[in-house]
Amino acid sequence: MSTEAKTHPLVVSVSPHVRGEESISKIMWTVNFALLPAFIMSVYYFGPRALYVTGLCILTAVLSEHIYQKALNKKVTSNDGSAFLTGLLLGMNLPSGIPFYIPVTGSFVAVVITKMLFGGLGYNIFNPALIGRAFLLITWPKLMTKWPMPTANFLEMDAKTTATPLGLLKEEGLAKLIEHFGDKAALYKSLLFGSTAGSLGETSAIALLLGAAILLYKRYITWHIPFSFLGTVALAAWIFGGKEGLFTGDPVIHLLSGGLILGAFFMATDYVTCPTIRKGQLIFGVGCGAITMLIRLKGGFPEGVMFAILLMNCFAPLIDRNVRPKQFGAVKAVKEVKK
Amino acid sequence: MSRAATFERGIHPEESKELTAHKPVVTAPLPARVIIPLSQHAGAPAKAEVAIGDTVKKYQLIGSPQGFVSAPVHASISGKVTAISEFPHPSGRLVPSIVIESDGLDEGLPLTDNKDYMDLDADRIKALVKEAGIVGLGGAAFPTSVKLSPPKEKPIDTVIINGAECEPYLTADHRLMVEKPQEIVNGLKLLMKSVGVKKGYIGIEKNKPDAIDIMQKAVSGESNIEVIPLTVKYPQGAEKMLIKAVKGREVPSRGLPMDVGCVVQNVGTALAVYEAVRFGKPLIERVVTVTGNGVREPKNILARIGTRISELLDLSGGLVDSAVKVISGGPMMGFAQWSLDVPVIKGMSGLLVLTESEYVSSEEYFACIRCGRCVDVCPIGLNPSMLSILAEKGHYEEAKDYNLFDCFECGSCAFVCPAKRPMVQFMRLAKSQVKP
Ligand code: SF4
Ligand code: SF4
Repeated sequence: MSTEAKTHPLVVSVSPHVRGEESISKIMWTVNFALLPAFIMSVYYFGPRALYVTGLCILTAVLSEHIYQKALNKKVTSNDGSAFLTGLLLGMNLPSGIPFYIPVTGSFVAVVITKMLFGGLGYNIFNPALIGRAFLLITWPKLMTKWPMPTANFLEMDAKTTATPLGLLKEEGLAKLIEHFGDKAALYKSLLFGSTAGSLGETSAIALLLGAAILLYKRYITWHIPFSFLGTVALAAWIFGGKEGLFTGDPVIHLLSGGLILGAFFMATDYVTCPTIRKGQLIFGVGCGAITMLIRLKGGFPEGVMFAILLMNCFAPLIDRNVRPKQFGAVKAVKEVKK
Repeated sequence: MSRAATFERGIHPEESKELTAHKPVVTAPLPARVIIPLSQHAGAPAKAEVAIGDTVKKYQLIGSPQGFVSAPVHASISGKVTAISEFPHPSGRLVPSIVIESDGLDEGLPLTDNKDYMDLDADRIKALVKEAGIVGLGGAAFPTSVKLSPPKEKPIDTVIINGAECEPYLTADHRLMVEKPQEIVNGLKLLMKSVGVKKGYIGIEKNKPDAIDIMQKAVSGESNIEVIPLTVKYPQGAEKMLIKAVKGREVPSRGLPMDVGCVVQNVGTALAVYEAVRFGKPLIERVVTVTGNGVREPKNILARIGTRISELLDLSGGLVDSAVKVISGGPMMGFAQWSLDVPVIKGMSGLLVLTESEYVSSEEYFACIRCGRCVDVCPIGLNPSMLSILAEKGHYEEAKDYNLFDCFECGSCAFVCPAKRPMVQFMRLAKSQVKP
């Protein structure tokens, strides 16, 4: 075609005229995918109930976002994977033996109250899934802390409930905890592979780490938050965690148990609610770690990851305003020039 | 070629240079008509020195500079002036321009070959560069003579020739380096002499190994000129990034290259300087890379200033049916054109035609999800996320506190943004609303 014959108008738009491949939905679906190994492990250990609880969470999350956006005539983004992710994360933070209204309420609070009412994805201050869980924990404290024993045998499902390793550690001390599992190696192994009591997704550290590796490799998350978070927890556990005085604690138990791995890699790294600048993320991670250990060692709850992240969420905007990236040309003087 | 210099951060867009990288420059046929804008440079527009009905010769001065930061313009063909009025310009504005209808003769004012051009003194070189209407050919079109005349308190010790050509698709500079290495080196030597410095560099991205080889050979006899291979990264060719890579110096915030003793000139500019000083040849033509999947036969074309871009597109086989966007310059910082009647100007390094499938809409975008990708890539170390949010909310003054005016609109932040935010638009909006 000669240019003379070119009749339809040319598009005029602002530069740049080429864009990278990343999109919000690609990122969100990848994170969902990265949680798949841990989800499979939860089904393996907790059976169809894991599927049921998580499924309810996801369904409620996606549906309520969809209906909310439709009803208010907003751009519908319920298929971008972010509501799905909120549902999935909430599900993985719940015990398996709960009645249906708990996941439904939690998901609704997470998506509609925490995210949509603040303006939708990007405007929320708090991690939606964590607010959902915090709400449930406060509203139904009993049901939310009834931890069924994981078992690969579906018939025994729901047979007995038990305390989580952190709960045991808090109530009865390290010696009892180790005794409970036989020896230290057995305890570590259980924590790593997930055959301990706990919420659906927090039990199998190794499956979570596999997903985390995918995200790190794809650079969907960077090391800054998870490593500063975990590092602070390990350090604090070692220094203050022992009964026999300073520097006698066992960091491994603290690292592998509770929702720490899930929280550090999948929840604290939530873009919207953590600082944008890497230096600020280090502060954020250290803060999360410190508060987690404060709660675990001194607080009324055996687990502190959730409250730690939520508390640090409040500080994220403040951190972002005060930490600047290294600016090019910040150096003033022109010393080198010699004629 | 072990050493490769670079700067921090930046992005890696697809290079897409293979379309034209190995195609020798072809000369466009004499245009029947040229439209020569009086403003093709940063600074004050030139003043018309001819009237409708005048006959002009090639190389003849038709617009004289107004003020210090300005540049003259010259007739690029011989013929008759038929209109002096406002015409569409690649910047998107209407700009006073002089139209010349060709007499078909292409008769030029005589040029003389001054064999002793290397003996000219600094002031004479600067004067010749100024008279020839030379401006930065990389895109910004800043008058070259101004860069060569820094104030006394800013001593210059380095001249860098910018052969990075970091914009995807463009290969005009690449071809010039391969085809006219000696002329470019001579241009560099003249530039060094004009500012009285001993040290010259030619920075070339490593994706042009042939150009690096050839330029290295061309400078082999010159002990004070060095070819620096650069990491392939956008925006490596931005002045500040280039200086950082080559000399390790950081131009201060809101400052200029001369603040760190450097003068940066584009490859094409160096060639034009050589031709101006040796032959007295004004800048009336330049190489334009006509490329993209939207043209049938991408080419590097030597075109007269003022040639309508539709002629260059036709010369490249015309547009394909799915062509939707014609860009003057590269895909990262170029300007989308609404008319194909705009002329080639001094700063036009390329014409890129994108097809429907390559077109990215900037209409649909989302709220910032604060992922930090933009912060990780901004070569200046700004917080584009924050700047875009402040601009979106209308907090322009506050944006200034986040060094808004250090943003040079390279588009790296927009390129990586998963929310597809029109970052450059936000930056321009904010800049237009507050005083620097
Ligand atoms: S890249 Fe886009 S979404 Fe991410 S922080 Fe920057 S502006 Fe926000
Ligand atoms: S356009 Fe401005 S803010 Fe964005 S990356 Fe380039 S210099 Fe930084």
